[in-house]
Amino acid sequence: MIINHPLLGPRDAQEFTYLGDASLIHRPDWQGEDASGQFHDYLYLRDNPAGQHRELWFHEVGDRSWLVVTRNTLTHEISNVELARDVARREGRGK
Amino acid sequence: MTQKNRVNGGLIDRSSRVNFQFDGKTYQGHKGDTLASALLANDVRLMGRSFKYHRPRGVMTAGSEEPNALMKLRTGARQEPNSRATVTELFDGLEARSQNRFPSLKFDFMGINDRFSNFLTAGFYYKTFMWPRAFWEKLYEPVIRKAAGLGSISFEDDPDSYDKGFLHCDLLVVGSGPAGLMAALTGGRAGARVILAEEDFITGGRLNAETHAVGGMSGSDWARSVMAELESLENVRILTRTTVIGAFDHGIYGAVERVSDHLLVPESGKPRQTLWRIYSKRAVLAAGATERPIAFENNDRPGVMMAGAVRAYVNRWAVTPHQQVAVFTNNDDGHRTAADLIAKGVDVTGVIDVRPDAPSLVGIEVFAGAHVVNSKGLLGLKSVQIRLANGEIRDLTCGALGVSGGWNPNVHLTCHQRGRPVWNDTIAAFVPGGEMPVGLTVAGAANGHLSTAQALQTGADAAVRALKGLGVSAAAPDLPEAEDAPISLTPFWYVKEGKGRAWIDQQNDVTVKDIKLAHQENFRSVEHLKRYTTLGMATDQGKTSNMGGLAVMAELTGKSIPETGTTIFRPPYTPVAMGALAGRSIGKDFHPTRETPSHKWAVEQGAEFVEAGNWLRAQWFPQPGETHWRQSVDREVLQTRKSVGICDVTTLGKIDVQGADAAEFLNKIYANGFAKLPVGKVRYGLMLREDGIAYDDGTAARLAEDHFVVTTTTANAVLVYRNMEFARQCLWPDLDVQLISTTEAWAQYAVAGPNARKLLQKVVDPEFDLSNDAFPFMACGEITVCGGLQARLFRISFSGELAYEIAVPTRYGDAMIRALMEAGEEFDAVPYGTEALGVMRIEKGHAAGNELNGTTTALKLGLGRMVSKKKDCIGNVLSEREGLNATGALRLVGLRPVDSKDVIPAGAHLMNADGSVSAKTDLGYVTSAAYSPILGCSIALAFLKGGGDRMGDVLRVINPLEGQEVRAEVVSAHFVDPEGERLRA
Repeated sequence: MIINHPLLGPRDAQEFTYLGDASLIHRPDWQGEDASGQFHDYLYLRDNPAGQHRELWFHEVGDRSWLVVTRNTLTHEISNVELARDVARREGRGK
Repeated sequence: MTQKNRVNGGLIDRSSRVNFQFDGKTYQGHKGDTLASALLANDVRLMGRSFKYHRPRGVMTAGSEEPNALMKLRTGARQEPNSRATVTELFDGLEARSQNRFPSLKFDFMGINDRFSNFLTAGFYYKTFMWPRAFWEKLYEPVIRKAAGLGSISFEDDPDSYDKGFLHCDLLVVGSGPAGLMAALTGGRAGARVILAEEDFITGGRLNAETHAVGGMSGSDWARSVMAELESLENVRILTRTTVIGAFDHGIYGAVERVSDHLLVPESGKPRQTLWRIYSKRAVLAAGATERPIAFENNDRPGVMMAGAVRAYVNRWAVTPHQQVAVFTNNDDGHRTAADLIAKGVDVTGVIDVRPDAPSLVGIEVFAGAHVVNSKGLLGLKSVQIRLANGEIRDLTCGALGVSGGWNPNVHLTCHQRGRPVWNDTIAAFVPGGEMPVGLTVAGAANGHLSTAQALQTGADAAVRALKGLGVSAAAPDLPEAEDAPISLTPFWYVKEGKGRAWIDQQNDVTVKDIKLAHQENFRSVEHLKRYTTLGMATDQGKTSNMGGLAVMAELTGKSIPETGTTIFRPPYTPVAMGALAGRSIGKDFHPTRETPSHKWAVEQGAEFVEAGNWLRAQWFPQPGETHWRQSVDREVLQTRKSVGICDVTTLGKIDVQGADAAEFLNKIYANGFAKLPVGKVRYGLMLREDGIAYDDGTAARLAEDHFVVTTTTANAVLVYRNMEFARQCLWPDLDVQLISTTEAWAQYAVAGPNARKLLQKVVDPEFDLSNDAFPFMACGEITVCGGLQARLFRISFSGELAYEIAVPTRYGDAMIRALMEAGEEFDAVPYGTEALGVMRIEKGHAAGNELNGTTTALKLGLGRMVSKKKDCIGNVLSEREGLNATGALRLVGLRPVDSKDVIPAGAHLMNADGSVSAKTDLGYVTSAAYSPILGCSIALAFLKGGGDRMGDVLRVINPLEGQEVRAEVVSAHFVDPEGERLRA
């Protein structure tokens, strides 16, 4: 597989480490209502779609960027790659 | 002239003389021969024994699809089994041996299997060797494996090297027949970066095997003229002897180049094979087609071959498989074989054509509407029995029979991304269809275009289209004039007459009867059929047999062949040597070796080393007279605790954390608080996983308001860094914090023991006050040593002694260890290794990897109070889970044997002093154990139910695996200096 890194261009998937579902960005509020239930779902309940999947890849032997890669799990077609930091900010993460 | 089957012409170098051996007998061939063509030239038809029934077999094909002619090549360490004689380039000194026979090819004891064939049908093993169950592993399997098998390996290390390489191109062309050459020429002339990969050792594909003219010259001459142009183009790379084995994601292809397989021994510095990873923007598959047989009774005798293969041998290699040859066909292509043989002066005794309207041939008897129904000849074909259209039976003398049942496009690579081929009625075969690998187009016979003219045309077209997709406009070269014969074929898969066995898959000894049995026993789906009968398995993966099997099953189920479907083709296309897949990653190069900055010095001291991840760490430093490792380790521990010891701790992970929000960031990473850590102080930190389990511990030193240095365990250095980057980029992207791994940047040494301060004062520059008041326990700072060298000093202790860790830039690591040891001479300072380090941390009750075993909470370590409830940090919410906080759960304790001579075994389980020993009465387990030279007895750390509430109790420490049982007292895990007076001294 080849991942089109937003800063570095096409890179072989061997340079990356895979983590999983990009929903891991959405870490619950530790003081929120039913925090332990929220954390349970965050940690253990994932969708496993046959098709489009947004997932986290770490450019471990590259520039150490975390990326959000949109990949079709059936064809391995990659339709979008973004810096995870940009995604996190856009989706409401801050300090 | 011993090569009695050699005819005129061909693409061999007759001036050359190549000597080789087969089963100990010496023969001659020519340069340009394969092992198979040279054997045929010498009138050797019997080349092997079959897998299951040990039937005599000869060569069937002239390519990589060969099911029968598998041989052991070379001897000694280079011996390689299951090599196909059809693709083995002949070289001087080649030694080949037949396989699966004992004592000889002509007389094989196991040939008896053939007499019991009624018992050895499909599913035989599954049905017969079911019980007693224990017999399978010990008796049945070894016996079956010995009897049914292919070649054997040498069991010696491979003396050759294998490489891996990476190639990039605009256009990859797979195959160099007419379609591939045109595609490569089109791309090459357009200036695209082209790679042309050809499995064979010469390019041209079928053009070398046929007599058709192309552009007014012979096909092989035309191929050579195109090659001359391609070779002159700098943007074209030609890889012969290279098989593209798989189509992977995003235009990546795997290919094996057999760099030195055609040599007795590789040239110096050259690998035996290279595994290429080819990154292509576009690819054209021009892999041609494979001829398929027609099954009939006893169709496996040596001499029964594919008609196209006979043509290849006679035209390219100037070899006829026998002086008398017949042809059995269902299409016009078979007639070409007869015509080409006649042209070479071979006696063609007849053409048996299943089509009632078969065309006639000048000078040869064509039996239209006839079938071959049986054959004769024990170790080689003598005659075939044919049933004529009028029902009459006739014997036809022939030593070889060319069989043609039509051609199957080589669609394999198009299916590697799970694409399914589609049925084409005209050629009665599957052609590429469905979803193709990205960027791949198919041309020529691989796409069902079986004439030369169509191959040339589609090859050029495919390249033009592929390049257009890249924004390169290419012009198709002028197409040379070539044959364009229409397909004339009547599908015909097997002859129904006869009670004997008609072979579908010769490599796996699968017959028409076996397929009928599978059908009868309801193994009807193609995937079940394959597993039940073994049809299409092993080295040839059914290249010549799958279609025949499908056709029989389709007929039995009353479905069409496309309805019956195909099994899935997976990489590799042809067998790949394990060595090629391993490449250079073997032996000590399997992973990189990391050496610490003191490595050279430690070698000089005679240290024993241990692998810790990729690192080599000194385990202990034997002194003269020490004969047992414990002597060395006990000495190192005692001398460190008595005076001073030095240990290389460079391998611990080091992460530099900087930025205005660095403290806040660490507060989120560690379970305990870091926000208020003053500058110049170090704090122990525990990291949790988000599920609340502790996974790493270390220290964080605050060098400045906005600058920390975090240490991790050696094993988790990579993981902790990855997790910290995740937290920084994905969870708290607006924190002002930067991370960098500095593990390799700093050489770090622990200096421990009562004389540690005195020793360090000799190397640390005098302006830095190391007194207890100025630099107390858990202090840190940036200092200089040895007259101005930048360094860092941390007063931290893993051993429990007065201890420091001193860090200098890595390039000074060797000098630093020497300076420290020299300064330590007056104190009799010892270097100590990882064993002494381990002993001292157990004596001190520090948790390490053994304790952080993936089930350990802070509470379990006795560090429950460390987990801050007042802040957000990774893992704190789920560390509150009920189950992790149950009373009476496992807690860390120390154990001391009641009888000080007893040894506590690591991993042993804890039971009450009395009562039964069972999983139910299990109270916990020993995580770490060592001999404590200070206490003079064995000690251990353990997780015990109830933990601290059981202080003073005597338990049984039991290791049922080795029958060990020791009585031990529960004590504090801090065996040495529980009040911490020494480390604060």
